[in-house]
Amino acid sequence: MTEPTPTTPTPAPAPVLANTAAAAAPTEAGFSVDAGATNLKEAFLGYVTRIRGGEVGALPAVAGLVLLLVVFSTTTKIFLTRGNLANLPTQAAPTILIGMGLVFVLLLGEIDLSAGTAAGLASAGMAIAVNFHGNLQTQLKGGMFGAYIVVMVLALIVAARERLWPGVIAIVFGGVVLVTHIGSNQVLAILLAVTTGTSIGILTGFLRARVGIPSFVVTLALFLAWQGVLIQFLGAGNSFPTQRFKTINALENTNISPLWSWVVLIVFVGGYGAFTLYTSIRRRAQQLSAQPVSIVVGRFAILALLGAFSVFFLNKNRNPNKGHVIRGLPWVVLLILIVLVAMTLLLSKTTFGRHLYASGGNAEAARRAGIDVPRMRIAAFGISSSLAAIGGVVLASKQGGVPADAGGGNTLLFAVGAAVVGGTSLFGGRGRVRDAVLGGLVITIIPNGLQLHPNVGASYQYVITGGFLLVAAAVDALSRSRRPT
Amino acid sequence: MSSTPILEMRGINKSFGAVQVLHSVDFRVYAGEVMALVGDNGAGKSTLVKCVAGIYPMDSGEILFEGAPVHIHGPRDASALGIEIVYQDLALCDNLDIVQNMFLGRENLTSVRTLDEGTMERRARQTLAGLSVRTVKSVRQVVSELSGGQRQTTAIAKAVLWNNRVVLLDEPTAALGVAQTDQVLDLVRRLATNGLGVVLISHNMNDVMKVADRITALYLGKVAAEVKTSEITHAQVVELITAGRTGNIGLKPAEAAQSA
Ligand SMILES: Nc1ncnc2c1ncn2[C@@H]1O[C@H](COP(=O)(O)OP(=O)(O)OP(=O)(O)O)[C@@H](O)[C@H]1O
Ligand SMILES: [Mg+2]
Repeated sequence: MTEPTPTTPTPAPAPVLANTAAAAAPTEAGFSVDAGATNLKEAFLGYVTRIRGGEVGALPAVAGLVLLLVVFSTTTKIFLTRGNLANLPTQAAPTILIGMGLVFVLLLGEIDLSAGTAAGLASAGMAIAVNFHGNLQTQLKGGMFGAYIVVMVLALIVAARERLWPGVIAIVFGGVVLVTHIGSNQVLAILLAVTTGTSIGILTGFLRARVGIPSFVVTLALFLAWQGVLIQFLGAGNSFPTQRFKTINALENTNISPLWSWVVLIVFVGGYGAFTLYTSIRRRAQQLSAQPVSIVVGRFAILALLGAFSVFFLNKNRNPNKGHVIRGLPWVVLLILIVLVAMTLLLSKTTFGRHLYASGGNAEAARRAGIDVPRMRIAAFGISSSLAAIGGVVLASKQGGVPADAGGGNTLLFAVGAAVVGGTSLFGGRGRVRDAVLGGLVITIIPNGLQLHPNVGASYQYVITGGFLLVAAAVDALSRSRRPT
Repeated sequence: MSSTPILEMRGINKSFGAVQVLHSVDFRVYAGEVMALVGDNGAGKSTLVKCVAGIYPMDSGEILFEGAPVHIHGPRDASALGIEIVYQDLALCDNLDIVQNMFLGRENLTSVRTLDEGTMERRARQTLAGLSVRTVKSVRQVVSELSGGQRQTTAIAKAVLWNNRVVLLDEPTAALGVAQTDQVLDLVRRLATNGLGVVLISHNMNDVMKVADRITALYLGKVAAEVKTSEITHAQVVELITAGRTGNIGLKPAEAAQSA
């Protein structure tokens, strides 16, 4: 979602200071690190300073990942097998996707406890659509269909009033799928789920931002409510299968061909490398602060190596039984990469992203800069629930259907955990979409590895996961208190 | 000096709940002049500034810009008129860097409508160099890493970055060292010389007497007096601030006593 065109006229560059600015040579101004002067040593010292100042970034999550990998690969035989490791991305996918959405809400210092059950409810819409030729009207009893439409219309009104145009387009699209019964098409059914999420999120955001109910309470209430609505949708104890629907089922259960797996790797990692390198070189040439080329190349090399190793590994047959061959990158990895890149660009390259960070860092300062902070809140909840709905679709694909408790239980808490373990602050203003990916992997590896230990009960899984979360939250809190103000 | 003030406020009343903070305040600023706004703690100086900024709605009263009535409903209206404010609490986002803070809400965009970091960074550096900021290592430093004075300078740079007509500075030198304070006072003078209307709020009477052309004294939310700096002494200003009157300048004795 982008901001409307700024209404303020473009100002002339620092008119009153022109004389003095020209007089002061750049070196005299003393921005020693700027003007393309960053070298490796300075960058490293800067990094150390930031870590000591509490800007730990991805460090704890990466350390946790390495620790878990080492522990499980040395203590069990099965952990490092292809069949097991290939499971990690598909097991982690729902948590990662819901977590990526939650980053937006957490950036504002808010919480969305309803993301899990909203994801379940949204995926139920999809499951009913594909199972009943797109006709939700006859399937949804007791005024539920009417309520569905009312929710969408209300969300549409809010989105239009807040000038959240991407939200408006999404909701209108979902509404059309809903009333014209074209959701028998699986892709359209998936989009119905996503736009259901958008509607739910925008209404949640409205209750938080314009009515002023604390997000903890709003989303706690909705967490409960969506659970009830889901049961009503499905009929208690019932479950709608999605296994026989190819596209939906493919997300978590089929793989990209080996050749295309390489292509995906080259496009994403190569694209990342080319972009960061180009940026660094160009900024340096323009006398702007830039990361040293060596660091950019180093980071790219590590990613490329890890990626190449993963694809190479995944491209080998991992089916221990004779018969059909299982190999290649799971489709859901591509989905996660697309969402990751799109949301990262949104947060880092657009005014919307900038204003979101500002609103989370200091809402009053953002307001004085002319930013409509409540509107940002509504947008953040809208994005969060939309991504949660994608997570719900993936969860359905993984479970082979939508049961009445879809998205309930610990779904949400693990997703919040993923974002926080990855380094997103619960106090707002700090976090990235990639945090949910790293944290999601950590949170998934724990049960994956523990279940391979026959003598360690499942109960340990919760304790250890909780321990990781505590450590991450402690790092977050301590880093905050170490800041100067 | 032009006779129409560039910015004028007439009969401003403002209450927070039952407490009336501003009592029909008249206030004006002329282009090319420094107007000092003085008054004791809680006199209502910051509140008046925030009314101009569009942060607080006024209960009654009107604002004129170059003699024409204007309606300021939000910060964007104020900046569209060319009114910039350095807030007492600075209003910076700790989690953003200097450049990001300076351009917050009015980012430069590229042709594909993404953030134009290069242009913003260059302009930020230029402005800061003009303020002779020597101690900031990089304009990409996050504000939470800055010292109090560096923050204050960032907030000032944020305000003078734009092509303004009026700049209001709410205690801009409170956290600054001697040299940096002189820099800012210099800047204040320079802004006026360049034809801007400047409002300086300060508790330091030496500074006020040094740079201001006129002084408006607020006493318990009322304008005690608006005088030319050349026609008043340091001691008289202090008396206006503390008692609301001095000699035959200021509130009438009854009024001053009643307010107190
Ligand atoms: N948001 C608010 N809600 C309620 N009362 C307020 C609010 N802001 C200011 N006030 C009250 O208004 C009065 C004037 O405050 P203001 O901040 O304008 O004073 P000031 O002249 O700027 O003082 P100082 O020199 O200490 O900065 C004070 O009594 C203060 O308590
Ligand atoms: Mg004040």
